[in-house]
Amino acid sequence: MWAMIYALLVKEFLALVRDRKSRFILIGPPVIQLFVFGYGATYDLNHIPIAIYNEDRSIASRDFIERFTAAPAFTEVLRLTRQEQIAPALDEKKVLAVLHLGPHFSRDLYLGRQPAVAQILVDGRDSNTAMIALNYMQSIVATFNLDWAERHRLPGPPAQLRIRAWFNPNLESRWSIVPGIAGLLTLVVTIVVTALSIAREREQGTFDQLLVTPLTPFQILVGKALPAAIIGVIEASFIIFMAVFWFGIPIVGSLAALYLGVVLFVFAVIGFGLMISALSVTQQQGLLGSFLFIVPAVILSGFATPIANMPPLVQDFTLLNPLRYFLVIVRGVFLEGLTADVLMSQYWPLAVIGLVTLSCASWLFRRRMY
Amino acid sequence: MPEVRNDQAVFALEFQAVGKAFTAGRHRVDALRNVSLALPKGTVAGLVGPDGAGKTTLMRLAAGLLLPDSGRVVVFGHGTDNDTEPLRGLIGYMPQRFGLYEDLSVAENLALYADLHGIDRQERAQRFQQLTRMTGLAPFTARLAGRLSGGMKQKLGLACTLLSQPRLLLLDEPSVGVDPVSRRELWNIIEQQVKMSGTTVLLSTAYLDEAERCTDVMLLDEGELLDHGSPEAFRGKIRGRCYRVTHPELSNRDLQNRLSGQPGIVDAVIQGEAVRVVCDSEDSAGAVLAGTDTGKPRIEPVAPRLEDAFIDLLNKRRAPVRQANEMAGPAAPVADEEIIRVDDVDRWFGDFQAVKKLSFTVRRGEIFGLLGANGAGKTTTFRMLCGLLPASSGRLQVAGVDLRKAAARARARIGYMSQKFSLYANLSVSQNLAFFSSVYGLRDDRRDERIRWALRQFELEPRKDANSGDLPLGYKQRLAMACALMHEPEILFLDEPTSGVDPLARREFWNRTNRLAAAGVTVLVTTHFMEEAEYCDRLVIMAEGDILTAGTPTDIKRQARTEALPDPTMEDAFIQLIQAKQS
Repeated sequence: MWAMIYALLVKEFLALVRDRKSRFILIGPPVIQLFVFGYGATYDLNHIPIAIYNEDRSIASRDFIERFTAAPAFTEVLRLTRQEQIAPALDEKKVLAVLHLGPHFSRDLYLGRQPAVAQILVDGRDSNTAMIALNYMQSIVATFNLDWAERHRLPGPPAQLRIRAWFNPNLESRWSIVPGIAGLLTLVVTIVVTALSIAREREQGTFDQLLVTPLTPFQILVGKALPAAIIGVIEASFIIFMAVFWFGIPIVGSLAALYLGVVLFVFAVIGFGLMISALSVTQQQGLLGSFLFIVPAVILSGFATPIANMPPLVQDFTLLNPLRYFLVIVRGVFLEGLTADVLMSQYWPLAVIGLVTLSCASWLFRRRMY
Repeated sequence: MPEVRNDQAVFALEFQAVGKAFTAGRHRVDALRNVSLALPKGTVAGLVGPDGAGKTTLMRLAAGLLLPDSGRVVVFGHGTDNDTEPLRGLIGYMPQRFGLYEDLSVAENLALYADLHGIDRQERAQRFQQLTRMTGLAPFTARLAGRLSGGMKQKLGLACTLLSQPRLLLLDEPSVGVDPVSRRELWNIIEQQVKMSGTTVLLSTAYLDEAERCTDVMLLDEGELLDHGSPEAFRGKIRGRCYRVTHPELSNRDLQNRLSGQPGIVDAVIQGEAVRVVCDSEDSAGAVLAGTDTGKPRIEPVAPRLEDAFIDLLNKRRAPVRQANEMAGPAAPVADEEIIRVDDVDRWFGDFQAVKKLSFTVRRGEIFGLLGANGAGKTTTFRMLCGLLPASSGRLQVAGVDLRKAAARARARIGYMSQKFSLYANLSVSQNLAFFSSVYGLRDDRRDERIRWALRQFELEPRKDANSGDLPLGYKQRLAMACALMHEPEILFLDEPTSGVDPLARREFWNRTNRLAAAGVTVLVTTHFMEEAEYCDRLVIMAEGDILTAGTPTDIKRQARTEALPDPTMEDAFIQLIQAKQS
């Protein structure tokens, strides 16, 4: 029996490797996406264009403004001289924010009778970016306050926040995104490989040819699942390797815990892929089915938006999503140094999903054989 | 429409030393080489030749869809290269797959093509009526084109092509996949059109009996026009070289096995209960036949057929088909042992009954044919016998195993070759062989030995490292058959094994199959080539899920014998049976 499955395995790999298009699908998109996402997808804002309208020409105001313009997050692209210039600068998206210091800024600052007001006008059309930009600005103002108080021997604010980020000391979003890409790309490649494999054979008529051999449907299914599993694990390994050695993201936890997660995740995904495959008659249907699965799986995984922010019903729905668990595992191992016993709560749902989807696929497969 | 009657000397279609080449990847393929021909007005010309001979290229050049690399194509005096404007209304071209809109009804399709040809409203109504009557589509004008049978689709395609009343009608394999009844109707339409409007017709065909109905026949091979003449002229070339041979002691299959491949014999095929032989020269015939080690055969000369002439011409250009006589098979045949038994089998798809109470048996070592038009239920029957489809009710026994109980065990003893010649296109020839032998449980030395056997037996050795997807169709067919035989099955299922394959490859295929049967392998075959029914020991003819008749080819033909038709062909018998059922 294993000799026959081995023959299927060899056939499957030969078919993938000898075909230039399949070869490209396995190598091209993952490499491109890894670099595009690795460099492109980031929450960190750099060089936010701002405009400055300073009506108060004093040392204090210049010092205040310098703290903005010198920060890597901001770039001053406009210096305004009149009130009327503010609206067009924001409307035309020349700048994301305008920092306005009134004529009494330094007077208020020195006299200390009333707080010196610095106005920030921000383009709220992209709320996410605006919020991040405001955060940066607030922390700049906070630092300014502290420094000012120290220099002029004023009492500091009664309570102040001191932040230290664990696991990702500089809060670099790449550290959480690149390990996530390992999950994302493994999902895409594994789904596409499995979803198309049976449909391709149906189209070429070789599926009938397989069914008239003494192979049982179970053997055929194993012969389809194993190559995909091997490819999935290789794909994940490649991205993990690149994350560590190219993007320099430290891997704190144990590799064994990570690979247990990779294997369980790949099997859960193959279950979905084979279900799509069993239901589709043509490769086109297989591809369409893959997309119908991949898009919600990525959006509802916590890759980009936290699951905790989703409505409760949707949160429950994400429990079916293998990527959700794998992201916890991969980020946990990379950044938190979690070990296998802590991650048990993530392993078993993956195992259950894998078992259920693979059984469903095998049932569908038998039913749809004819 | 321009009048062209002014000059009688002008040919309807003229090729002047036309050459056309294509580059496929790194290869340059000469599709046509220095082809010259001229068709006078009113000719019905048939273009025949093996696959890849360049038939479609020639059609497309004539239609002005391609321009020649060298030479000129001239239609009614207008060159397709520089004088295209007058040609537009003159040519009607029907490609192999005519572009019918499957979601539009018959009438809407006609209306669409009428719009495309700019036929005005008044003329239109009259043309529609005439064409739907001629094609027999009048009762179906509201039906969606996608729901028509293969034959009806072709007739609708032809009707759409005839809408613009072309003076030159180009039909590329109009009868492929069309059942014999529709095929006759198609021909009636074409002949009517020629008689009524003096249309010139050029059609390509894989059926040589269709070529016999043409006034001109052109034989194309590897891009060269081998010969051009009337069917009578073709036949004249081999007059006196065709014989019918029977033998009192040998079966026709044994006799054919001994005769084919002998020096001096060009061709030997089974025809009914005799073997039809073509010798390479008139004088040698008697000597060759008498000299072969066949005892005392009865030899009578017969009238030559067009097919004999083609095989003769094509054979001269190729290395003769070597007869390798080592088709290994299982133990010696046991006479009269039932190996397949079908009892009262039904198959429903929803509320459509594809197979109705089917019963027949097949004996070991027989070649058993399932004949029928598309949709007759032969593929469904076949898939049930291979265990690809369960029967809705009834009993199926293959090699003594009830398919309901132990399909996997039965499957180990059968070989199956589908009509698509299903192979892994990205795998090389030897990788395909290795894969199929492994999944049938062969390993190590045994496997290597079988692979060597297959490469030798099917003459695949020179191509063993080529991707199977890049092989020519004839090679694919051979490889598919080799894959089905790797595990030396007792029963071989062949689903439309010769569809789309040229006459030479078809011949070779049947020679192999005959040798297999002689070695005791039971062969079940479906086909819609009626002439191939002659190779079967017994056959059933199916229509609409029912068996119309069963028996030996001779029996079935005898049923159709009438005063008017003393020597009916299998196709005549088939059409008669279908018509009897319908009335």
